[in-house]
Amino acid sequence: MDLGNAASVAYSAPELILIGAAIGIVAADPVVRAKEQLGAAALLACAAALIAAIGIRLPFSERWLVQGLLRGGEGWLWSRMVVVDGFAVFFKLVFALAAFATVWMSLGSAEVQDSGEEGEYYALVLAATVGLFYMAAAANLLMAYLALELVSLTSYVLTGYRRHDRRAGEAALKYLIYGGVASAVMVYGMSWLYGLAGSFQYRAIHDALAHGAAAPLTVFVAVVLVLAGFGFKIAAVPFHMWAPDVYEGAPIPVTAFLSVGSKAAGFAILIRLFYPGLSEPGAGGAWTTLAGLDWPTLMLVVSMATMTLGNLGALGQRNLKRLLAYSSIAHAGYLLMGFVVLDDAGLRAMLFYVVTYYLMNFGAFAVVMVVANATGREDMDGYRGLAWRGGAVPAVAMAIFLFSLAGIPPLAGFVGKFYLFAAVVEQRFYVLALVGFANTLVALYYYLRIVRTMFLDRPRGDEGVVALDAHNAFLLYFLAVPTIGLGLYWAPVMALAERSVRFFLG
Amino acid sequence: MPGVPLEHVLFVGLVLFALGLYTVLTRRNAIGILMGIELLLNAANIDYVAFARYSGTPTDGQIFAIFVIMLAAAEAAVGLAIVLGIYRNFESIDVDATHSLRH
Repeated sequence: MDLGNAASVAYSAPELILIGAAIGIVAADPVVRAKEQLGAAALLACAAALIAAIGIRLPFSERWLVQGLLRGGEGWLWSRMVVVDGFAVFFKLVFALAAFATVWMSLGSAEVQDSGEEGEYYALVLAATVGLFYMAAAANLLMAYLALELVSLTSYVLTGYRRHDRRAGEAALKYLIYGGVASAVMVYGMSWLYGLAGSFQYRAIHDALAHGAAAPLTVFVAVVLVLAGFGFKIAAVPFHMWAPDVYEGAPIPVTAFLSVGSKAAGFAILIRLFYPGLSEPGAGGAWTTLAGLDWPTLMLVVSMATMTLGNLGALGQRNLKRLLAYSSIAHAGYLLMGFVVLDDAGLRAMLFYVVTYYLMNFGAFAVVMVVANATGREDMDGYRGLAWRGGAVPAVAMAIFLFSLAGIPPLAGFVGKFYLFAAVVEQRFYVLALVGFANTLVALYYYLRIVRTMFLDRPRGDEGVVALDAHNAFLLYFLAVPTIGLGLYWAPVMALAERSVRFFLG
Repeated sequence: MPGVPLEHVLFVGLVLFALGLYTVLTRRNAIGILMGIELLLNAANIDYVAFARYSGTPTDGQIFAIFVIMLAAAEAAVGLAIVLGIYRNFESIDVDATHSLRH
């Protein structure tokens, strides 16, 4: 169904709210003295975008003011540049939650506050979130490129937000160079796809390639070039080298935003191109690739390499941000397990895992921020005996998030991993499952090392006291409670994920 | 349609792409690498315009090329600002000289 421009507005409320708020914050920045008010406005905008993504119905009537998740319509928006379907709406909810947590975290972050430039910061976070929204909804090469670049350009600036910090500058430069090259290679690959298929629309490309418009090898090369850009966003091997440096140099809320929002959007754009674009849906939720285009084998190797290199890299790390960066690379590998099985069960597991990953990874970075606020330290020694020097709540929260990341029951991460492994085993990818399991054990080692440092090591007295204020405590509870809750009762979120594996094919 | 055959234009694009990749991989100067990225983007632009000329929907490819040019300008603006910040902090724009993060 091709929705006209007027109907498109009703479906684009979340994006319009965020764009309006971003412009409003930039305009208000010079006149507002108390910058927290700008942060509060950004927070409200994120909450409003979340509600709009769910949908608003006028009271006592059948008319929908804002169409979203509850309405569940699907179709083309804005002259076939963007689609709306269950898949897009699911990711919009995740991104709105990620943006909300990012802004909340920024309001309590010593790195972001008191720089005098918070107005620009919040506007950039909101603009990046708009980019994330469109990354999940783009079913057109041009729109995919624009959305990806909107996220990239704002992320470069956010990474280098602390202008006088040498680490931030270096991180921003590395991000810019890797990102620029990756997206340029991707655009070149897209030009091949356009040349081979004669269209930017994913479905048109699919139809042209399915009818043998081009030699499979040529298509494969084009797809690999496009994967450079997408793989960079999800930090998959071999495009992962930027992640540790960028995550370490960026302000902690930005790191959390990149590791969750940007990565999830990378998966959204990847799934949208490779599933409805380059595969054929079949009976019983199984998908088949186009003839001769064996991308699942390629991604299988990428998945195994990503999780292995991520976990091995994390082993020797002393800096918590850097360690979590490697751990997030490894998690991209776990998520890719659901991607290669060519099955709705795999996609469903991926969507569920994205939600759990949001909770536990954001939570871990929130604890890193609490400790960095109080002591200015991010290294492992700064966590020695954290539980015994005022930081009992952050230490317990960190233990919950790390156990969840490791996949220990009864936490959300365990359920997520369980569904991913189940999907892999069901399709008989035994080697992949084995490699994934071995990696989980390796990861357990370095997560447990942090927990041991926090609880079993006694403080030596030079680490400083960690106090938790109400603002940051709320964020920890906001993320920790669902991490436990989803581990015990995950059916509603799983049902939502299952309902969201629906693509509008035009 | 008389003129240059499509293959020749694509070959120019490919050469430009290879040159851009070579520049990116060999330059140690941040500005040099940014210039290499411009070459990569322009290689894609040549392809888009060439394919647009020979495809049924000529405007599509040209519009994509215009967007790429626009985003390349935006990226250059952001990039040069970041490089300027690097120069202020490190007194150098050599990517090997910036070593505050652990490897």
